[in-house]
Formats: sequence, C-alpha cells, structure tokens
Amino acid sequence: MGEIVLKGVTKRFGDVEVIPPIDLAIHDGEFVVFVGPSGCGKSTLLRLIAGLEDVSGGKIEIDGKDATETAPSDRGLAMVFQSYALYPHMSVKKNIAFPLKMAKLPPAEIEAKVQAAAKVLNLSAYLDRKPGQLSGGQRQRVAIGRAIVRSPEAFLFDEPLSNLDAALRVNMRLEISELHHTLKTTMIYVTHDQVEAMTMADKIVVLQAGRIEQVGSPLELYRTPRNRFVAGFIGSPKMNFIEGAEAAKHGAHAIGIRPEHIRISTTEGMWKGTVGVSEHLGSDTFLHVTTEHGLLNVRAGGEVDLHHGDSVFLSPDMAQLHRFDKEGGALK
Amino acid sequence: MSTQASRTAARLMISPAVILLLGWMIVPLAMTLWFSMQRYNLLMPGMGGFTGFDNYSYFLTDPAFFDAIKNTLVLVLGVLAITTVGGLLLALLLDQPFWGQGIVRVLVIAPFFVMPTVSALVWKNMFMNPVNGVFAHLAKSIGLQPYDFLAQSPLASIVLIVAWQWLPFATLILLTALQSLDSEQLEAAEMDGAGPISRFFYVMLPHLARAITVVILIQTIFLLSTFAEILVTTNGGPGTASTTLTYLVYVQSLLQFDVGSGAAGGIVAVVLANIVAIFLMRMIGKNLEN
Repeated sequence: MGEIVLKGVTKRFGDVEVIPPIDLAIHDGEFVVFVGPSGCGKSTLLRLIAGLEDVSGGKIEIDGKDATETAPSDRGLAMVFQSYALYPHMSVKKNIAFPLKMAKLPPAEIEAKVQAAAKVLNLSAYLDRKPGQLSGGQRQRVAIGRAIVRSPEAFLFDEPLSNLDAALRVNMRLEISELHHTLKTTMIYVTHDQVEAMTMADKIVVLQAGRIEQVGSPLELYRTPRNRFVAGFIGSPKMNFIEGAEAAKHGAHAIGIRPEHIRISTTEGMWKGTVGVSEHLGSDTFLHVTTEHGLLNVRAGGEVDLHHGDSVFLSPDMAQLHRFDKEGGALK
Repeated sequence: MSTQASRTAARLMISPAVILLLGWMIVPLAMTLWFSMQRYNLLMPGMGGFTGFDNYSYFLTDPAFFDAIKNTLVLVLGVLAITTVGGLLLALLLDQPFWGQGIVRVLVIAPFFVMPTVSALVWKNMFMNPVNGVFAHLAKSIGLQPYDFLAQSPLASIVLIVAWQWLPFATLILLTALQSLDSEQLEAAEMDGAGPISRFFYVMLPHLARAITVVILIQTIFLLSTFAEILVTTNGGPGTASTTLTYLVYVQSLLQFDVGSGAAGGIVAVVLANIVAIFLMRMIGKNLEN
C-alpha cells in the first residue's frame, strides 16, 4: 500500500510562503511526476512528503494514517537523491545493506535481500567496489538499490537523472519505468524536464510558484491544458501563442497552436511567412517561421525541402486550436 | 613545463631554495653529530677530545632517560586523546546553528594565538597556584583543601595546559571537515533509519577520518618538541616527574654544561622522532591517499 494524501499542506520559510496550501491525492501504485520550472517548490514538496522538512500547516496522510509528525524513517518511504548521496567509504554492498542494518535484520536475510536487489539492478559484479569507482549510471542504480531493499510504501525521486548525460538519461528513464511495472509501488518523481514527465508518468502535477496548476494524465495535459502556463510547459517544441486581432477573431485574448498542428505549404494558407532557421532531425524538421503574428515554430516531415528565406504559408488545424482569456485560463 | 629547456630552467630556479634549506638542515645536524662524539663540557675547558660513543652510553643509561621517554609518551598521547576527542565534540557543537555563531567561532580559536610561555604562566599563576589560583579559591569556597597541581601531578597539569592550546587547532580542522560533508548524505542516512548516533558513527566519522589523521600527524610532530610550557611551570620537576626528552637535552647541555652529552641526546631524540614518524605514516598515512 502506498496511498499519500496531502491536505492543505503549507510551507513557509520565515515570512516567505513557498508552498501555499496544497491538496493532492496520490493513489497506490501510481507513478506521479511533479514538474515545473526550477524554483517552483517541487523539491520542497517532495521533502515535505519525505519528512526532511517540517510542514508549516496542513496534514500529510500515508495509507490513511496521519504522518505529519512522523520521523522520516518511520514513514515507510525511500528516497533517491539528486547527488545519489551514496556513502563514499562503504562498498556498494554495504551501501545497499545500510537501511537493513539500521533496521537490525539478521545478516543472512540482509545478504539475501542485497543479492536480490543487485540482481534486479545488474549490480552483482560491482558489489565490492566503492561508489567512487562506479560510473554515473551505476551510482544511480546503487542509490535505487538502497531504496528498494527496504520494500518501501513509496519511492521518492528528486531529479535523479539530472547528473547523467543525455543517452544514459534515456536509458535510466526506461529502467525506472520498467522498475515501476515490476514493483507496482507508488513512485513520486520530481523533474524540471517535461519529456521525462510525459514519458514516465501516470499522473503529472504541474507546479508553478508552489501552486498546483493542473493535475492529470500526460495526454490530458497535452490535449486540454487548463491554462496558458501548462499549455506552454507541456509539449516540445513549445506551443505558439498569438495575441491581438488574430486571437480576437476566435473570441479570445490569446490563441495557442502546437508546432505539430500547423500545416505548411508553399502555395496557399492562412498566414504568410518567411522561413528562418530550420532544424533537420531526419524524422522531423522544426522550422522557425516569421509571420505577421510573430515567430512561429512549425513541425514538418523530414523530407520538407525549405531553406532560410523561403516564403511559405501556414494554416493551423482549427480543431487543435487552444483559446485563452486575459488571465491565461483556457476557454472551452 | 614540458620542454627540456623549461625543465632545466625550473631546476635552476628552485636550486637556491633547495640548497639553502638543505644546508640549513645538514650543517646543524652534522655539527650535532660531531659534538655528540666529543668530550665537550663547558665547565672543563681544554679537556676535549674524541670519545666515540661514550656520550651516547652515558645519556642512554641515565636513569632520567627512561623517565623522559615515558613522560614524552604520556604527554603526546594524553594531549592527542584530549584534543581529538574534545575537538570532535566541540566541532559538532559549533556546527549546530545558534545565535552568535560567528563570534563564538572566533573566540574558540583564540587560545591558539596565545604564546606558549604566556599561556603556561597564566595557567600556573592564575589557575593552578595553590594560594592565589582560581581553582584554589573554588576548592576553598566549598571547604576543600586546595590542590597543588604542579607539585602533586605535574605531568597531568602540563598535559592539560598543552591540550588547552591545541584544542582550537583540532576543533578548527574538524569543523571545516564537518562542514564539507554533503547534507544529502545525512538526509539519506536519516531516511534509511539511522538515528543521530548511528549517523555520527557511520557517516560523519568516516568522512572525518582524513581530517583526524591530519590532526594527529601535525600535532604529534609539534608535541614531541614541547618545551616552553615545561620550562616556565615545573622545570621538569619535581625530580624528573615532568622531564620529557626535549627537556632532558636542555638539562644536559645547558644546566649541566655537558654539550657532548646534550648533542648525543639530541641525536637520540631525532632518531626516535623519525621512528615515530615512519610508524605514524605507515599506520594512518594511508588514510591520506585517494
């Protein structure tokens, strides 16, 4: 079981309220991702759940029991830190065994659990090495190993992939998703990378300045963002926004259209423009087109043969148009 | 620094400093060796001459020699024990956030700036004096007989004085080491169910191992040559109760005017100090690697 419910949880540092009252329910077995720009309070929220920070108000319930005042080690949660936080003087084996040793389990049982965890994470060959002798990805796996041996109610990940290079990050992303399918334990994952959020999450919580902007499945957020911030944050490349007269035609303060929902043509279309930089990725081409409504990003197929300075016409897919009011809220 | 010419130039540039330092060390060492094999007593001029190892055998069979060895060991080990354990505890205390932290940290370093002779005299006259000392007043105020520290337990008193001087050094080094510990490691240990004591022994102490090694190595080197504190407080007495090897060399050459025997003692002290240094390096120096 790993059900975590936040009821009006607040955090203040002195007079500064970093997290205004938040209500959130995380169901058993869910993979929840907290995503937002840096400084939005997502790591603080995770540390509040872990118990490493005291809440200033509100209640945290884990499996229906009030855990607001419970010590971090008694909450049944395991955490993987951004810096991995491995103990540098202990071997991989001792690192993984540490929580079990602290729980005073018999040595035979510790040994069996460590071996099992090492097998799951492909660490069996490295058990006698020190963390300093491992690569970034292996250290990450040791940190995960130290978390899974305790069979926690839920895992907390604090930007675990931000120290890895791009290729390894994709790999570890798959491994963590795979781990979630195997263990079926609740996982809470903090990241500023919306790609990680989209690919891994069952449920995404988008945060800005401590407030929850929207909660939903990745596709829900992609299709029906509740406001302009979420619309701009989810999706890559970012959604294009057009304000002014063009937006007024659709009865809105601003309209938003994703790069993949714009058709590009050299002969006819709604908006005329000039191609600027084009990024050829092989499968796709991202074009930056200057129009009378400003710079628009357009995604086209890989074969598109357009170059800097070419005149083009753009037509948005009307069914995929997002409309926003003056405050940034989405209009239905 | 890779071409042949620049390497040669570099050697030329550093050679004056190296030669000067080498000369500074070799000349006194050679002279001491030379004197240690001479009959050279300031009270008997004109009686000089080569005596081989006679000075050594006199020095090594002197009953004061074994007392001096024992006292040196007690002094060094006692001060090391007090300063490392005390320094560790003080560093843990100063690492906690509290009001006035900056000022307290500066105050803690203060004893290190006081000259050894001055601090030893302050201890002798203002704290340990059986008539006017603060400790005597405290004892009298609760109706106890004042304790004459320097007469009744001279070596322990000197250990206390020297430890007081070196405690700030240990505290400072251990405090900076403690502050370099990644707080996420402590938080990880907290999540793993380690209480404050387990966190200290499993995370903090291993992290401090290198700093503790540095403290022990540096202090040992300086403590072996402790002299001023003994000179101004007990003069090595009563009897030989607080005579260390360093002080014995002084007694031989400047109080008994036997320069030859003093030089032999000096050479013995050098040999013993080197044995200790090699021993220390072997035993704990490997902590400094990686």
